[in-house]
Amino acid sequence: MKSAALKTYSVLLFFLALKAAGNSAMALGMKQIPEKMSMDPALYLHAMLNPFVAMGIAALILALLTRMALLSLADLSFVLPVTAIGYVIAVFLGKVLLHETVTPQRWMGTLLIFVGSLVVGSTARNTTPPMGDPE
Amino acid sequence: MKWVLVALMVSATVLSDLLQSHEMKRAGEQSVSARGLARLLHTIARRRLLILGVAGNAISFFTFMALVQTEALSFVVPASSASFVIETLLARFVLHERIGVRRTAGTLAVLAGVVLVGG
Repeated sequence: MKSAALKTYSVLLFFLALKAAGNSAMALGMKQIPEKMSMDPALYLHAMLNPFVAMGIAALILALLTRMALLSLADLSFVLPVTAIGYVIAVFLGKVLLHETVTPQRWMGTLLIFVGSLVVGSTARNTTPPMGDPE
Repeated sequence: MKWVLVALMVSATVLSDLLQSHEMKRAGEQSVSARGLARLLHTIARRRLLILGVAGNAISFFTFMALVQTEALSFVVPASSASFVIETLLARFVLHERIGVRRTAGTLAVLAGVVLVGG
């Protein structure tokens, strides 16, 4: 039981790291692209040629798969709030790496997300019985 | 138009997460090792509802991109958090998850936080 919980939190940390790395790489890459994005798919394909955007997309695809693995280990109502801690990481990365201004309101929101995630993280991660339908 | 896009984004997110949660529980515990991820890709390819869930992710992502081009991020992020409330309710009544007082309180704190961060 203890190792299952450890596995869940390890996968959660891996997801958060991938999401933060993916979003940061995407933000960095998109800022290097002069064209404004529109509904034209060619612009998105062109943006994907930027190495940072490409790395960002790869990390975000891996993050999607990791989140799916997390959903196999824990409830949806557990995963939703605990993965919101990504907002906290985004605010810190914005402040430290991109030197963005963080308003008191945003710090307050960040604190609420952090506390809320800790509270949800302290509840039972999986409350449904195993469905047992492996392929 | 913006509310149509918000409704589309929230609906796609909710549908995608519900399908993924349901199908991943049925598929059994997964890991994120190289072999585990390969197995996961194989699982996705064999489950239609899981493919539909991933398609929902894509619709949600592109709708979000379309919204942030015309609307302020401070509107789009709190609006997208509506999916939080709907998904938690559906997790209780459709997926039959047990959501106690502590999880409800934590979820509400996170929701308030997301609205403040986006606002």
